Amino acid sequence: MIVLNEVTKKYQETLSVDKLSLHIANGEFFGLLGPNGAGKTTTIRMLTALTIPTAGNITINGQLVSRHNPSYKSQIGLVPQHINLEPELTVAENLYLHGILYGMKRSAIADKITELLEFADLTDKRQTLVNTLSGGMKRKVLIIRALMHSPQLLLLDEPTVGLDVFSRRRVWDLIKSLNTRGITILLTTHYLEEAEHLCSRIGLLKKGRLIMTGSIENLRDVVGPVVVERFVQDKTILHFFQEQAQALQFVSGLKEEFTIRQTSLEDVFVKMTEEKVDIN
Amino acid sequence: MNGMLAVLWREYLFFKRRIWSITASSLVSPLLYLIAFGWGLGRVVTMDGVQYIDFIVPGILALSTMNASFNSVATPLSIARLYDKTLEEYLVSPITLFSFAAGKILAGALRGMYVGLLLLVVAFLFGAKFKISLAFITLALLNCLVFASLGFLVALKIQSHPDMARFNSFVITPMIFLGGTFFSPEHTSPLLQFFIKLLPLTPASQGLRSLALGQEFAWYAPTLQLIYLCLFIALGLYAYRKVE
Ligand SMILES: Nc1ncnc2c1ncn2[C@@H]1O[C@H](COP(=O)(O)OP(=O)(O)OP(=O)(O)O)[C@@H](O)[C@H]1O
Ligand SMILES: [Mg+2]
Repeated sequence: MIVLNEVTKKYQETLSVDKLSLHIANGEFFGLLGPNGAGKTTTIRMLTALTIPTAGNITINGQLVSRHNPSYKSQIGLVPQHINLEPELTVAENLYLHGILYGMKRSAIADKITELLEFADLTDKRQTLVNTLSGGMKRKVLIIRALMHSPQLLLLDEPTVGLDVFSRRRVWDLIKSLNTRGITILLTTHYLEEAEHLCSRIGLLKKGRLIMTGSIENLRDVVGPVVVERFVQDKTILHFFQEQAQALQFVSGLKEEFTIRQTSLEDVFVKMTEEKVDIN
Repeated sequence: MNGMLAVLWREYLFFKRRIWSITASSLVSPLLYLIAFGWGLGRVVTMDGVQYIDFIVPGILALSTMNASFNSVATPLSIARLYDKTLEEYLVSPITLFSFAAGKILAGALRGMYVGLLLLVVAFLFGAKFKISLAFITLALLNCLVFASLGFLVALKIQSHPDMARFNSFVITPMIFLGGTFFSPEHTSPLLQFFIKLLPLTPASQGLRSLALGQEFAWYAPTLQLIYLCLFIALGLYAYRKVE
């Protein structure tokens, strides 16, 4: 279980993460969403001790997260937002290096590399230097690298940026199947349909603060499960309703065009993280 | 010690892939020193009763191993930390801070020793005379370790690439000329002499020189080197604990 207890990170003036308290149970598929700069990456970096919190503490399965405590780290697989493969090593060498760092046996490393390259459709790139791969291929190598040591907790920071539709779906299928096998997953993404498709619980971050958590149904119910979308004076406006009947009554008085539909995660996101919405 | 193994293996792959460019580039400046000071001046000038070329070969060895060890750790590690972020892969992994530092420093020192070996071969071809002993090799290795750990420390402390250039021009380059490499500190004023003898490069150039020329060996050299080594490693580990 991941427990964040009033975790705060301050960089000079900016408060990147503000008293974040959150529990993620083992086996959960948790989506951490929020606009650019909301603090998602900072949160993931604190979970891996890459960034040290200004205040508060984090435990993972009862172990305090700290750089001086390497023992919990082997349970974690990290896919960082920034591609940090060794550019002048080959794909296989990058994966091999990861295996050594995580104390894997030589034979296990070789088998795992073959298996993961096959999965990622990169078998023919085994001996290719990373700096000659396409952006999407690098991203795939980054993902399979995190899986080398079979982690119990997977932290994915925008893992599918730049992947084509097929690769993205493969990655979705993979992480979904890892999750059904009991692996805990924390995902950040700007693709809300991705979060909708995968996550069992969502946390919405805005300016470093966690403004909502819950299942997608929960979040929908909070803002209203029915939405009316209008386009007035060059702007799209959303109106949320608890009941279909209320929505129908509302639109009966409208002159301009509108759509009436079920609230999507994106609608919730837009409503809750809009600049003018006061989070207090 | 998985961290150390991983780091050494990675450095080995890099070295293997670039062996010719490393070899060629690390020979340029020692060759220039040998030509200018060794060949040009060496045959006609004597210093402290020895031919100048024999006098400066240990100095050039000290400065070349310093440069190679320092730069082979500092440059790639600062890039790994500030630009391509590959350092994070190590920071996230379950290796100890010490094993990572040990791997980097050892790899840097080995690179320094490789350059040192090349230099001695070239110096021999230039006709320089020097004695190689176990103590001589140990002292050279200590020098490599000292500057590899300094490179480790500096790479974790600087904020940008220009900082590294500044460190090179304000610390490393002056040390090349002042660290007892091209002249004996005894020929300068007492105050300057004291300052020169405290520089981390001086024990290497002076110690290596006394061993190469078969002169009396002063224990001051390895003692001071060990002090610097411990200091740089301790500061480096401390910086590594804090790096974000
Ligand atoms: N090293 C740093 N130094 C100073 N400020 C930082 C640093 N890292 C992050 N920040 C600030 O912290 C805030 C949160 O950044 P973070 O990267 O966590 O956002 P994010 O939610 O991941 O955004 P994105 O969706 O764009 O990736 C931002 O205001 C950012 O400017
Ligand atoms: Mg981010």
